[in-house]
Amino acid sequence: MAQFVADNLAVRFGEGVQRVSDDFGDLTVWVDRSIVHDVLAHCKRDPELRFDFCMDVTAVDYLGLGGNPRFAVVYHLYSLSTGKRVRIKSGVPESDPVVASATDVWKSTDWFEREVYDMFGIRFEGHPNMKRILCHQDFVGHALRKDYPADLRWKNPRPDDLVDEISPQEMERMQARVRKGLSD
Amino acid sequence: MSPRKTAAQIADQRRVIEPPPTQVGEARGVFSTQLEKMVAWARSGSLWPLPFGTACCAIEFMSVVSSHYDLARFGAEVVRFSPRQSDMLIVAGTVVDKQAPILKLIYEQMCEPKWVISMGVCASSGGFYRAYHVMQGIDEVVPVDVYVPGCPPTPEGLIYAILKLQEKIERGEPSRYQEILLEHRAAEPERHVLAET
Repeated sequence: MAQFVADNLAVRFGEGVQRVSDDFGDLTVWVDRSIVHDVLAHCKRDPELRFDFCMDVTAVDYLGLGGNPRFAVVYHLYSLSTGKRVRIKSGVPESDPVVASATDVWKSTDWFEREVYDMFGIRFEGHPNMKRILCHQDFVGHALRKDYPADLRWKNPRPDDLVDEISPQEMERMQARVRKGLSD
Repeated sequence: MSPRKTAAQIADQRRVIEPPPTQVGEARGVFSTQLEKMVAWARSGSLWPLPFGTACCAIEFMSVVSSHYDLARFGAEVVRFSPRQSDMLIVAGTVVDKQAPILKLIYEQMCEPKWVISMGVCASSGGFYRAYHVMQGIDEVVPVDVYVPGCPPTPEGLIYAILKLQEKIERGEPSRYQEILLEHRAAEPERHVLAET
């Protein structure tokens, strides 16, 4: 269906593309962890592919399913101009759960990557604010890992400080706006 | 300016205002009671709810206060969105661990006396969220007076809970908060010396 996508990536990255499957029209491309960022940037900027919309970033824990490596990060991409979709997958070992952040390619991956970190403990290198997004900051462990007990809870003693959710640049802009409003 | 009244006119006016003489046991317009009972009766009919709505229970709460079920019939319709102005906290919906300190803070901001209704199974026991992120009942952080079962409860269920709470207040019983306070004072009297005097 979208064979040209797989061909394009195979030509550009060669051995880096590990596996391609096209089940029921859902194209999935497994790539090496070291080139995930390059593949994503290529998918967005290549004039033939133009995957300008990163719909979701998530992860899978293959514990008990014989997965090697244990985790996989999954990027769901969509092209608004060609209407094509592709799923980029990459294996992540438990011993070194780190992937390059795609926040410089799509800004929207910021919160997706934080969610993956919160739920699976996979860190994204180069992310501007790599911290938990759903669970509170006193939470221990990562809830969607298969070896996490389903009902193990951690008490939250204090409300989260939401001010550090705002980037320093945005904070500066807001303060400038307030100062301007006061002077007017 | 009205002209000055004569003493006779004033006496005449007073005569009109005075209640007509009645026989013993037939007194009208006057009754004797205890202040506590009077206050409890007044409080029970003027609850000001504060909705802490986090899920579908809050939708049912909306229909309770809207015209069809019309909570105003029971004297508890003045919904406030400030804890400073309300005395009945209705927790309607799932409360996750991350929200627990927020709920506690809002509860602490309410003036006494105050009551809490836990609406629906999520707020009462965690419901089907027996999971890593949901509080297994809001009574982990706030004292609850009435629990309402249901997922979500029917509007009639919530109205029944409010009526039950009104009965409790009218009987002059302490709120769950006051009960816990008394328990703490009994357990650690030296810590509460100042509060007692």
